[in-house]
Amino acid sequence: MIFPVEIFLLLLLVITAGAAILVKDLISAVLILGSYSFFLAIVWAWFGAVDVAFVESVVGAGLATVFFLLTLFVTAPKDTRIHPPSPPWTALIGLPLLGLLLLYAASDLPKFGDPASPASVHVSPVYLENSMEDTLTPNVVTSILMDYRAFDTLIETVVIFTAGIACALLLRRNRT
Amino acid sequence: MIQPHDSVLVQTLGRLLIPLIQLFGLYVLFFGQYGPGGGFVGGVLLGTSVILAILIFGPRSSHSALATKIIRGDGLGLIIFAGVGGLCLIGGGEFLNYADLEIPGLKTASRRYVGILLTQIGVAIDVAVTAISIVISLSFNDNDEDSHV
Repeated sequence: MIFPVEIFLLLLLVITAGAAILVKDLISAVLILGSYSFFLAIVWAWFGAVDVAFVESVVGAGLATVFFLLTLFVTAPKDTRIHPPSPPWTALIGLPLLGLLLLYAASDLPKFGDPASPASVHVSPVYLENSMEDTLTPNVVTSILMDYRAFDTLIETVVIFTAGIACALLLRRNRT
Repeated sequence: MIQPHDSVLVQTLGRLLIPLIQLFGLYVLFFGQYGPGGGFVGGVLLGTSVILAILIFGPRSSHSALATKIIRGDGLGLIIFAGVGGLCLIGGGEFLNYADLEIPGLKTASRRYVGILLTQIGVAIDVAVTAISIVISLSFNDNDEDSHV
């Protein structure tokens, strides 16, 4: 069952993704990529994944755009237009075939929201049933991220920390 | 080096928006156990407010004084997160098993609640400081070596 809103959102996503690739100016590409992230956030919110939508809109549309723009201002020359070479014929033939293959594989996936799909019968019922009395936390996503899977989150925090340290080491070499 | 924006419109909007974003970031951080959000998004919002101050007023303005001090706290969030895990170890349990936090007068579920809150604050500090640190790193270039930030 497909609603018209989903087709509309999918069209927006495809248009912005294509435009971000095809546009001739890097700054325009970055801004279109930000709008792509914003539409993707609307898609997540439409499907009920509010936490993911929140992160996508804040990080993808906001912070990543700022990072990209600052990088462009630091690295690129004043002329940010790009002249992409024409793609080789192997890509023109091979990539649509790969897309067809992926669409064929996607037909085997369980339906959206199917309660008998493998993802919703393995561990997620345990989390959904026990998280409230285990942790007094109504938001199951938070209790999974911060309690059941706290070690994963710790290592992710280490990754973010490492990214910041690496940026400081590479870009602030001459600083005290 | 980012130059301060000279438009009155942008500066006034920045003065209005930055406290609002910080308030919203704190709300998202502490409301993450009841609604969407949590440490990561709250941290990004808090960092974004400071980044907005850097972009609008420039890195050397007094509005950005917080940013240049805050990047010295890189790693503090990680210490908080791992420290909560260490406290669980001291309490006689497993690493990051918040049920072993030694807080008198709290049941197991409430201890887990406090543990989740503390680690979320740790993640928020780490993410915010890292975002600000990356922006400050990117806003340097080699042409202005005489400036101090």
